[in-house]
Amino acid sequence: MVESNVGPVFYILAFLIIASAVMVVSLKNIFHCALALVMCLFSVAGIYILLNAEFLAAAQVLIYVGAVAVLMIFAIMLTTNLASRNIKQVTENALVSVFICALFCLGTIFLLWATPAKIWRYATESLPVDNTAIIGKYLMTEFVLPFEVVSLLLMAAMIGAIVLARKERS
Amino acid sequence: MLELLPVFEWLYGLAESIGLSGTLLTVVVYSVLGVMMFGILALLALFLVWWERKIAAHIQQRFGPMRTGWHGWYQTIMDALKLLQKEDIRVEKRDKVVFFWAPIICFVAAFLAYVVMPFGKGLIVADLNIGILYIIAVTTFTVISLLMAGWGSNNKYALLGGMRSAAQVVSYEVPMVASILTVIIFTGSLSMVDIVESQSGWVWNWFIFRVPFGPIAFITYIIAATAEANRTPFDIPEAEQELVAGFNIEYSGMKFAMFFLAEFVNMFTVSAIAVTLFFGGWQGAFLPSWAWFLGKTLLVVLLLMLFRWTYPRLRVDQLMEFAWKILVPITFANLIIAAIMKYAGWYW
Repeated sequence: MVESNVGPVFYILAFLIIASAVMVVSLKNIFHCALALVMCLFSVAGIYILLNAEFLAAAQVLIYVGAVAVLMIFAIMLTTNLASRNIKQVTENALVSVFICALFCLGTIFLLWATPAKIWRYATESLPVDNTAIIGKYLMTEFVLPFEVVSLLLMAAMIGAIVLARKERS
Repeated sequence: MLELLPVFEWLYGLAESIGLSGTLLTVVVYSVLGVMMFGILALLALFLVWWERKIAAHIQQRFGPMRTGWHGWYQTIMDALKLLQKEDIRVEKRDKVVFFWAPIICFVAAFLAYVVMPFGKGLIVADLNIGILYIIAVTTFTVISLLMAGWGSNNKYALLGGMRSAAQVVSYEVPMVASILTVIIFTGSLSMVDIVESQSGWVWNWFIFRVPFGPIAFITYIIAATAEANRTPFDIPEAEQELVAGFNIEYSGMKFAMFFLAEFVNMFTVSAIAVTLFFGGWQGAFLPSWAWFLGKTLLVVLLLMLFRWTYPRLRVDQLMEFAWKILVPITFANLIIAAIMKYAGWYW
């Protein structure tokens, strides 16, 4: 459902996302970078709410802010002497990365420009009330394979983390 | 009976008569509601502080606050006023931005859950269809605020407190969510109103009485919730004897008061969720619905307070072992049992 008041809210959120994303890659203190990342991910959840995808927004906050970002901050705190050190965020490959980013940006703009306008549209009616249940049903029926592949991937990552942690100890 | 709908309509009428319209009207009405909610919760938190002190005192065969009013009833109000006047001590080597924002985020995160809290029939700010998931999501900001406080203070005790709290809350979130899911399987909806309404009718429709998964889920939930609210026997983050005061050690005055109030609001939040999920929420006879909700919630709060003053604190390693080796398996087994019962239709 598009309302007339979506405009300013969207621009505020977009500004927050971009500003905090720039902060993530430019701040000197890595703890501040992690907090900026939290802000960035939280603002993305706001965009989801604007698009009436409340479940996605809650999942975004729960997983990215509640689990991923907290674990990142936790890891930063556990690493000794990271607090006082100023991290240099730009390497000698800066020129190459600027080039790649520009290419990516151009590609995205081209994609937006080339796609016919009628494909980019908002849903005109609000989602069914039980859309969370419908998402669940689809995950367990039609999209069960990608769902399982993702869980396998996470499992592999978890085992990898355990292996790495054990090696360090011995 | 006090209902929110007439209040809403009255507010809308008042705002419209001034000449507001559209977006601005919604913003104004919800702001007023927010301020109202804040006032009620702040009063409630003050009452809980006083109640906790009285219970602690009576368990330890003391009287607790006695000098200000009848049994010291306005002691905490005076304490709050005193805290407001105190100097806001700022440590020299703090991380300025992080130190400043930590109590604010903690405070706001504590109140965010009340957007979807069903205080009574029709007495809810917004009945989101992701209700309980929303609460779980916004409470994660409490962890981030504790981590920020721990880091920003530039103090080793604060840092340890913040880190312990992060480890604890992340671990106990798993059994807590699994216990909540056990109920969600049967309601088929995440909305707080739907959860309460699925327990209507007689008292055995409450999820606590739906054996065998109901009581088990409640016990695991209340254990995990105690840990989430950072209360004894899981108050490792602020273990006074080890960490002085944990993450809030460098805070004083207003900022300390914010952490303190947020802690008590969080305690009320987890109790209110327990009531909504397991004790039929506002359901009850004769009395108005909000009175039932408040009464049941205060009983659960009383349970948490009794935990605090009668159990010793766990060690850090015991805490982690308990979460991952005992609580998580039990909750997942319970979840599977509940799912089988739902599938087979063995429930009422």
